[in-house]
Amino acid sequence: MPEQTLSAPPTSAPSAPDAPPLVPPEVLEAERAVPAAADSKANSGLGWEPAPKPGTAARGGFDARYIAPIFITLILLVGQFSFGVLESLPQTLLAIAASMVTEIVLSRLMTGKWPHLASAYVSGISVGILIRSPYFWPYALCSMIAIASKYVIRVKGRHIWNPSNFAIVMMLWIAWDQVATLSQQWDNRFWAMAIIWTVGSLIIWRLKRFHICATYVVSFLAFGLVRSLIEHQYYVTEISPITGPMYQLFIFFMITDPKTTVRPKWGQCAVAFTIAAVEAVLRLNSNIHLSVHAPYYALFIVGPIANLIEIWYTSRRNRPSSDSPVPVVATA
Amino acid sequence: MRSRIPQLIATLFLIALLAAPQLFKRLGSHPDAAAVGNTASGPDLNRYGFRLQEVAHAAGIDFTHQAPKLDPKLDHIMPEIASMGAAVSVVDFDRDGWPDLYVTNSGEGSLNHLYRNQHDGTFRDVAAQMGVADVNKDGTGVSMGAVWGDYDNDGYEDLFIYKWGRPELFHNDKGKRFSRVTDTAGLPQWVNSNSAIWLDYDRDGKLDLFLTGYYPETVDLWHLKDTHMMPDSFEYAQNGGRKYLLRNMGNGKFKDVTAEMGIDSHRWALATTAADLRGTGYPDIFIANDYGVSEIWANQNGKGFKEIGKQALYWNKARNIGPKSGMNANCGDVLNRGQFAVYVSNITENGLLMQGNNLWVPQAGTSGDNLKYDNLAGPTGVENGGWSFGAQFGDLNNDGNLDLYLTNGYVSAAKKESYWYAFTTITGGNSAIISDAKNWPPMQGRSLSGYEHKHVWLNDGTGSFSDVAQAVGVTDTYDGRAVALADFWNRGALDVAVATQRGPFLLYKNEVTPQNQWTEFTLEGAKSNRSAIGAQVRLFWNGQQQLQEVSGGNGFCAQNERRLHFGLGKHPKIEKAVIRWPSGQVQTLQDIKIGQENHIKEAV
Repeated sequence: MPEQTLSAPPTSAPSAPDAPPLVPPEVLEAERAVPAAADSKANSGLGWEPAPKPGTAARGGFDARYIAPIFITLILLVGQFSFGVLESLPQTLLAIAASMVTEIVLSRLMTGKWPHLASAYVSGISVGILIRSPYFWPYALCSMIAIASKYVIRVKGRHIWNPSNFAIVMMLWIAWDQVATLSQQWDNRFWAMAIIWTVGSLIIWRLKRFHICATYVVSFLAFGLVRSLIEHQYYVTEISPITGPMYQLFIFFMITDPKTTVRPKWGQCAVAFTIAAVEAVLRLNSNIHLSVHAPYYALFIVGPIANLIEIWYTSRRNRPSSDSPVPVVATA
Repeated sequence: MRSRIPQLIATLFLIALLAAPQLFKRLGSHPDAAAVGNTASGPDLNRYGFRLQEVAHAAGIDFTHQAPKLDPKLDHIMPEIASMGAAVSVVDFDRDGWPDLYVTNSGEGSLNHLYRNQHDGTFRDVAAQMGVADVNKDGTGVSMGAVWGDYDNDGYEDLFIYKWGRPELFHNDKGKRFSRVTDTAGLPQWVNSNSAIWLDYDRDGKLDLFLTGYYPETVDLWHLKDTHMMPDSFEYAQNGGRKYLLRNMGNGKFKDVTAEMGIDSHRWALATTAADLRGTGYPDIFIANDYGVSEIWANQNGKGFKEIGKQALYWNKARNIGPKSGMNANCGDVLNRGQFAVYVSNITENGLLMQGNNLWVPQAGTSGDNLKYDNLAGPTGVENGGWSFGAQFGDLNNDGNLDLYLTNGYVSAAKKESYWYAFTTITGGNSAIISDAKNWPPMQGRSLSGYEHKHVWLNDGTGSFSDVAQAVGVTDTYDGRAVALADFWNRGALDVAVATQRGPFLLYKNEVTPQNQWTEFTLEGAKSNRSAIGAQVRLFWNGQQQLQEVSGGNGFCAQNERRLHFGLGKHPKIEKAVIRWPSGQVQTLQDIKIGQENHIKEAV
């Protein structure tokens, strides 16, 4: 499968050239052996997780793949035990369990390997936070769809949708009367918001993805101004949603997922800007369902298009000419 | 080829997942209740054992509620702000043995109505004649609801009207006329209130008042200083109005003992009810708050109150039921085990905001300071009620189990234009944004959860409710607010009165299958307050029991008939009725009349 090898990008994980590898060699070996599985494993959906490779792991013997799970778990625990932010803990645990079990089953089926479950954990936890339903089954179903989509919907070895985003949008379609998304504040006091923004920004900065968040926020604020002029509405009303926790999760975890956005830095900024633009259009739409869930739909539309363009471009650029041999490049 | 098999399996798996909801829906769908329940001549009486017919006009009630016009600074969201005030309370004000109706209006200068039961199936408005009509004068605020209680124990029910404005108290002059006693009663000057109840919190035999604020009492909604008068959070707001516990001093005056009794809530209360929830003999106060959690103020033997909602309702962080938009509070022994469940209505708009209503059922064996509730609205089937408002428990088909009537619908305006998107932009915002009405997007004639179908949940006795509203004839889609139940025609059937916002008053006459038996209790206190508010009747029959309590106000802006109605099912064998009076006296009755009213007076 040379195209997978050729298209494998350099990871954007925090690099520490002299540090020892943090992922067991056998895991990396498995990733090399089955590139598709490696790709799916590295992707978490809402929580992104850079896949370390030898020589690019974080210092201190800490697996960078655990950063996102730990961060999102902390948010969840603080939010739940301070403000009771979840629909219920059992529903979220069900989402996590369904996500992990699906990951194991599909990984065994597709690759014959045992997967690293950090990614599935974050997918499950993100579903548990972002989905709102009085029932239990949507949590399990949404998680299963997220994980299954990673294995099924692939182009040249890459999945093109952010799994959690794909699953949430699917749920909004197929179970529109049973499911909503997180839409309210956690608390509402300024300090709660400030803490999440500050900690989130620091971690995202550390993971070298802050430019994506910054681009999106600036774009959202700018398009908010445009919408307020079109709608003759107060500007603060238009930008009000970004002060809520749903956006904090969306910005820090979903749009920064390295496996479901493009590789170049400028491209990532362009994608973030386009998501904000499409979202602005959807917010002006008269369809209530589309406008209320605009950020999810925007990422759902823009994400795969950007990925497909990159896949096409990369594949075209790396197409071997008739007088040159096929290059052999180590996979990530 | 072989390598493609896993891929094929995974693909089929994903397709199956995506198809699952529709598949389950088809497999689990039942025939439309309206279709199976109705015959050519209307709802089938035999299917559910009762049917309801809206008869307000035929009964002589032609009333349409008017909403207030508040400060022009709120014009852009006026339908949303001026969205309450339609209320109904049931009383036998002239002691003729037939329930009458008091219906509030909320337009400036509009008149409230007191409908006297004519005993022939019709009602006549006597509010003006009785002196309780013209209470919405300019500058005094407008009515939000009314509750009846005999505060001076003279045998006639007196009238307390709570408003966004100056509360009013009227003394009932032997059913002939009402005297306004507001100015001498010691009531607060201005409260933006949406609920009040009569209760005897200290069991001194005199009815006290509990009055709750919604908007802060410093806000005059007709003359706003600025627009910073909205809740500072959609779910954690604590900048609402204060509460008033007004102790009846026995000389026609009430004393504000709120702080002294330890009640300091500033949440946005929309509904209140009082009942002995903990089995102490003293009434506890349950408050359903908009924009936040509900509260239970536990009565400390009449010497104070302590808030226990956190440990009694929200005790399990793992199965946390978060803050919602409480709009109703009423009690009912839904499982026939001698303990009250509390029903709190909230907001559900499918796909957009799914709070779900709460049915707080006490855990078996918990009481007193260890009282703990579980929210069983989901398992019992009474969770999704749309944008829910008033609800009442009552045995509508006399089968021995308490059913649940819920009305709903917030703002019905343009049918195809929804305000929901605009609403979600502001409700998710930070406190600095949401608390300023100026930032709330203009409604521009759009609907917000309008034209909703109502719910009549039938209790099958096993803890499971099914919605039969359409099948039994409840087909209105007005913006319902208050619901009150009473046997208006003295036939042993609970009829339903519904006050709708900016809509007509509805009176659903109930026809119940004669196979199911019933009994009723009218209680009169002697040592206790004469209205017997707080008295409990525990009826034992056919090896089961049901607990009911005389209430001084419950639901949303409503008060049921004081007479307690028990459905008994077929072939009932009543063992006994145990009455616990507010004074603490316990009376056991063996000789209970079936198919009749039992008038019981407390022994002195």
